[in-house]
Amino acid sequence: MELASLVFIVNIIGAGLRTGTPLLFATLGEIITERSGVLNLGVEGMMLAGALAGFAVSYGTGNPWFGVMAGMLAGGTLSLLNGLVAITLRGDQVVSGLALTFVGRGLTSVLGVAYVQIREVPRLPTVRLPFMYDVPLIGPNILWPLFGEQNIVLYLGFLLVPAVWFWVERTRPGLHLRAVGEKPAAADAVGINVAAQRYLYVFVGGAFAGLAGASLSLAITPLWIDDMTAGQGWIAVGLVIFAGWNPWRAVLGAYIFGALRRLPLDLQAVGWLPFASNPILGVWLEMIPYLFTIVALIFSSREAIRKRLGAPAALGIPYIRGERGA
Amino acid sequence: MRVKIEPRLDVPRWMPFASIFGALVVALLLGAILLAYGGLDPVTAYWQMLRVGFLEPYSFSDTMVKATPLILAGLGVAVAFKMRLWNIGAEGQLFLGAWATAGVALFWLPPTTPKPIMLAVMTLAGFVAGAVWGAIPGVLKAKLGVNEIISSLMLTYVAIQYNNYFVYGPWAAGGFGLTAPFPKTAWFPRLTDYGNAIPALRGLTAHMGIVYGIIAAVVLYVIFKYSKWGYELKVIGDNPNAARYAGMNLSRNIILTMVISGGLAGLAGMSELAGAVHRLQENFSPGYGFTAIIVAWLGRLNPLGIIIVGYLFGGLLVAGDVIQPAGIPLMIQGIILFCVISADTFTRYRIRIVRAAPVTATAAEV
Repeated sequence: MELASLVFIVNIIGAGLRTGTPLLFATLGEIITERSGVLNLGVEGMMLAGALAGFAVSYGTGNPWFGVMAGMLAGGTLSLLNGLVAITLRGDQVVSGLALTFVGRGLTSVLGVAYVQIREVPRLPTVRLPFMYDVPLIGPNILWPLFGEQNIVLYLGFLLVPAVWFWVERTRPGLHLRAVGEKPAAADAVGINVAAQRYLYVFVGGAFAGLAGASLSLAITPLWIDDMTAGQGWIAVGLVIFAGWNPWRAVLGAYIFGALRRLPLDLQAVGWLPFASNPILGVWLEMIPYLFTIVALIFSSREAIRKRLGAPAALGIPYIRGERGA
Repeated sequence: MRVKIEPRLDVPRWMPFASIFGALVVALLLGAILLAYGGLDPVTAYWQMLRVGFLEPYSFSDTMVKATPLILAGLGVAVAFKMRLWNIGAEGQLFLGAWATAGVALFWLPPTTPKPIMLAVMTLAGFVAGAVWGAIPGVLKAKLGVNEIISSLMLTYVAIQYNNYFVYGPWAAGGFGLTAPFPKTAWFPRLTDYGNAIPALRGLTAHMGIVYGIIAAVVLYVIFKYSKWGYELKVIGDNPNAARYAGMNLSRNIILTMVISGGLAGLAGMSELAGAVHRLQENFSPGYGFTAIIVAWLGRLNPLGIIIVGYLFGGLLVAGDVIQPAGIPLMIQGIILFCVISADTFTRYRIRIVRAAPVTATAAEV
């Protein structure tokens, strides 16, 4: 029993790492974009574009890494539509993000028809770390199932979090990024090209969302289904708020969410929870991730008010040189 | 030479209409390019959509059936958007409204209940259920500052699962995600019901839901234009700080708005079940609540505009039922929305190409 419950918990965490990884990429990307002062609600659409482009190119070329690149390019390109509306045309960013979601969903559903039947696609490789097993005490039961044999995208996630944090918080370009998101007028005054910076980080955020999609369709659930993200892009947008625009806290949200998403499946394996394998009652478990997002938002919103943590000051506000309030 | 964008001081009255028209033309052209890229003949696809959605003998009635939930939910979305409250969870509110409607029609009232009472209770239940579902993000926003975009959308996914529980669980009939059909007393009158008296109406499925839509639109139009609440909505939307200084109660208005917004979406679900589906089932809505967002925005949040746009998009959905692949209407909707927000820029700003004249020359002229 002791060992069984340990295995169960480790399984859930492992599932969380896997399922949460695409979400982590998308959340990191949206953090970058929002830190530059642009709200891009089209994450769902960009993820779908990345998933389809990644799948199609990997299938066409036989090389999943070309697929990843194509997915990132697709996400980034699509994000520029939102950039155009938000930065140059100074339109409403909420509506433009919604439009991006519709375009991404519609476009991938039209272009993806040919790929729905395909089951065999070159996948991203799994990394084997046999030494994990040999670690005394915690090796066989904890480290090995968690990290011993996982898809390479997981490790990419582990690397990208510190990298994004370092770029945003500790480098000069990162300072410029934060400047255009907090005080664009001041950034403009010291010679930073606000529009160029924002376009750049909108594109980077889109590329991350594309990566999220491609890692979904090439590693986590390697196939293409219409609307396969099932709201994950929106959850990423929520997790940005939960994370307080901080890459480290995004990790927590993404992996918890990942674990909750898989929970209905994991619970079915538990003998003493017969209701979990009842498909009719299972729908209640399916609600958990979405309810979790709301609860997480409630807590983080309260905390943001108390600690005066919060969104980048210029988030969602177009910058117009010489206009008040900019 | 460079491009200069400056705000327009006065917007000509024809401008918003011209920009929508321009946006539609551009959107259809872009859609055509994408269709061609996807290996389809755009002329055939568009002609088929136009024919099926608007030109066939049954088109008007069929399009009206699809337009009804779009108009009702679109009005709901518009109420919230008017005060810049981004309720994008109309789909979930619609599902909850439909759920309560089915509860009344199948379980909570006997099937022998007289039709007017049955329909009145169903209407009430649909509105209230949608309103409750809309009130949750409203209260979270007003009391705890929770972002309503995310919460309303997350609740949509919850609502769909909730609905699945009932259609597969306690309310299932046969186990395929369906309830039993509603008793006839729970059906909205349809045009075809009068087919015996007026043969021309035979086979026409347009139902009374559209009357709800038109009444709701007129009521909202009057509220927006003449009432104090309508005025407050607009002020809060334009400038929440000014509204607060003027003594308007923001959190009460947020909740009230979400209640009405959700209630209208719930009514859309009710009318779809009473008028068209006649039972509760899984996925009975092809995303009406999401398309309603586009309808509301394209209709300029104007109730009468929403009726027109709702009708056009109803046609798009009717066409979507026969056109393959089914994602085409969704894609075109997204492109249209993009073009419309882009075109808004040309309404609000004047874009001029300025020659880089030396500053001294201007000084010399003076």
